Amino acid sequence: MFRLEARTSTPAWFNLALPLLAIAVALVLCSGLIAIAGAGVIEAYSVMLSASLGDSYAITETLVRAAPMIFTGLAVATAFRAKFWNIGAEGQLLAGAVASCAVGAIPMPGYLAMLLMALVGAAAGAIVALVPATLRVKFKVDDVVSSLLLNSVIYYALMALIEGPWKDTFSGYPISPPIEDSANFPVLIEGTRLHIGVVVALIAAPLIWFLIARTTLGFRIRVTGENPEAARYGGINVQRVLLSTALLSGALAGLAGVGEVGGVHFQVMSDISPGYGYSGIVVAMLARLNPLGVVPAALFLAAVMTGAEAMSRATGVPAFLSDVIQGTALLAMLVALLFTAYRVRRVGASA
Amino acid sequence: MSAPLIEMRGITKSFGAVKANEAVDLAVAPGEILGLLGENGAGKTTLMNVLFGAYAPDAGEILVGGRPVAIHNSADALAAGIGMVHQHFHLAPRLTVLENLLIGIPGKSGRIDRAGGLARLKEIGRQHGLSLDPDLPVSALSVGEQQRLEIIKALFRGAKLLILDEPTAVLAPSEVDGLFAALRSMAAQGLGIIFISHKLNEVRALTHRCVVLRHGKVAGRVDHPAGTTSAEMAKLMCGHEIVPPAKGESTPGASVLTLDGISTSGHAGTTLREVSLFVRSGEILGIAGVSGNGQRALADVISGMLSPDTGTMTIAGKAVAQFSPRELQALGLGRIPEDRMTTGLVTNLPLADSMVLPRIGTEAFSRKGLLNPAAIRAFAEAQIKAYDIRCPGPMVRAGALSGGNLQKALLARELAFDPKVLIVSQPTRGLDIGAARFIHEKFMVMRGKGCGIIVISEDLEEMLMLSDRIAVMYEGRIAGTLFGADATVARLGLMMTGAEGRS
Repeated sequence: MFRLEARTSTPAWFNLALPLLAIAVALVLCSGLIAIAGAGVIEAYSVMLSASLGDSYAITETLVRAAPMIFTGLAVATAFRAKFWNIGAEGQLLAGAVASCAVGAIPMPGYLAMLLMALVGAAAGAIVALVPATLRVKFKVDDVVSSLLLNSVIYYALMALIEGPWKDTFSGYPISPPIEDSANFPVLIEGTRLHIGVVVALIAAPLIWFLIARTTLGFRIRVTGENPEAARYGGINVQRVLLSTALLSGALAGLAGVGEVGGVHFQVMSDISPGYGYSGIVVAMLARLNPLGVVPAALFLAAVMTGAEAMSRATGVPAFLSDVIQGTALLAMLVALLFTAYRVRRVGASA
Repeated sequence: MSAPLIEMRGITKSFGAVKANEAVDLAVAPGEILGLLGENGAGKTTLMNVLFGAYAPDAGEILVGGRPVAIHNSADALAAGIGMVHQHFHLAPRLTVLENLLIGIPGKSGRIDRAGGLARLKEIGRQHGLSLDPDLPVSALSVGEQQRLEIIKALFRGAKLLILDEPTAVLAPSEVDGLFAALRSMAAQGLGIIFISHKLNEVRALTHRCVVLRHGKVAGRVDHPAGTTSAEMAKLMCGHEIVPPAKGESTPGASVLTLDGISTSGHAGTTLREVSLFVRSGEILGIAGVSGNGQRALADVISGMLSPDTGTMTIAGKAVAQFSPRELQALGLGRIPEDRMTTGLVTNLPLADSMVLPRIGTEAFSRKGLLNPAAIRAFAEAQIKAYDIRCPGPMVRAGALSGGNLQKALLARELAFDPKVLIVSQPTRGLDIGAARFIHEKFMVMRGKGCGIIVISEDLEEMLMLSDRIAVMYEGRIAGTLFGADATVARLGLMMTGAEGRS
């Protein structure tokens, strides 16, 4: 017989072991689905691996996919640290994409356009995130629900724009007009899609880590998240911290959208994000809300997404498997987190 | 003495390298109230958790009615006739008294046996004088009533041995008498009771026999607690004599904190009505009163958590413009909250974080928004040393510390900045003698250094020992203030119940 006993402390190696365990569990569980789909499990996973990490082009594709999830992962990790339950990174990403695309379409010098796209895109994401945060601070509205539902509002507003007034007159498709060529983000390696935004994302992670771990704002975010009452007693303006966190979180999610417009799609369409905002939640949880952990976690999900398409072509297993792996990994991680608070003990089966 | 109801033999339980219990023997006879004494961390709660099935012992056995039994969980314990009333209640607040009693009790053919439950509740009420309205939701019960419900719940499930873990910690003095009467009646009817406490006067008043634990081992057994002095028992508990701190001479100076006509509203609990008081430098002002007479609102106003509707407050001659923790702190106020775990500390973060929390934005710990981790660590380490805070180091999770060490940490974080005024609520609630003594000594030192201290406490002994003056609160007002020799338990008691007012 086994039982759970409360732990007094959590070993440091858990931070690494638990996500790996969760990923392993997810892959094992999903191998059953692969088998049902009629493919060889080993073959399917090895196609996935080689298509996502097998050669330098594959690696750049994985990096390009990881960039938006690094941003949304950082957005969610930051918000969750303060217990601001921002489930709205998807909407904030879309808002950032729309705003930066509008700016990028204005003729101006390229570097200025890129800078403005980033600023305006981040601001748009921040403003969207401010809505659920303000509702919570002023009226005690549940932020999970409001931030989640806002995603649909933004998505359909975007659809209305690109189906209506903002429809690209040149192509006639429901997509926005493209940004100026000069505003396209520089590509780092010729013949790949590896754009400068990926580097910005990789730099953002240690910067956010520094902000959380080494600044007074980060200190206030951590304390407010862990114990708002002690924070207030200690002289912290809890409401202001929540609003600041929302601005920061929304800005990061907005930057995810900026990168997709400036570096990948150069315009806005309805499927500009295959759920990067939601994947950000998985990334943040796998990273245990540590900004540095966000990078490997986002790379893992990106590899799964990139690899799943190749696997689908090679073995006939639907590419939706990548969503299932994501979801299972999140569930496995949530269960694994139990082990940070409890240990499993074997007790004598005698009665 | 009749054959024991429950016997624990040679119980040993380790957590890592720490032996929480080592070869502990303990027996309770029917009709006996056994006191289980010990300082915090002496292993009382661990021992009871072993008995109740929450932990499996590494060695030793438990006998019920002379036969060894294996207890793996609370269901096994209940089946063996062992009921436990924890310090933190396990009740469903939205359900009624009766519904809480019936949780987990199988009904007839899938239906809840309401009538049977009511009958049983009535019977228990008659037998032991424990009555409660069965249809009241638990959220409407006072803390004392919730505790009564926990006791009824244990009896309802057929407990023959009742374990109470520090039951008086949450009760007002008047409620304690009621609890003791009920426990005596239960014992008279043949129940065994284990009463866990570190309040010596309570153990002496209530128990028939007691076992003293120290560092996980039995340090001694007392066969006639009533005939044993508190000093002797304290010595068993701590391993050395406990002397109350000397109250040195101190001449009060000018007023360092003045409240004038403070009234509040919009606060959960009793509001303040026209409260005026002052405390001078080098003086300890005690605030006494039955719990719920406005002490919490008073503490909240003085510590900046609640803005009064009317009235003024001055600290060291400066009028308070804005009631916020930060401004009051800047004026020289030190604060120690009533609830260490929820208001004082951040249990999930390193201890050092909690110790610098109120002053994180000051030059001492940060500059231009950047933290100074070295300074934070050095500060925490210095205070850990100066206050003898027992912990592995400043980076340990604050929640891993014992109550006494947490209180020392909170004291250290305030006193390190030499406050002109200190407001403290329930400074030693839940602390063992050694830690309480340490806290009291620090107050005396601060008093000697010219700090004005306000102590809000429900512990009258503590109040009388510390205070130069005692103000009594009744229904949100100051009912009166007593000086030195005028302040006796009898006088205070009268004023606390509103029977006498004097200022």
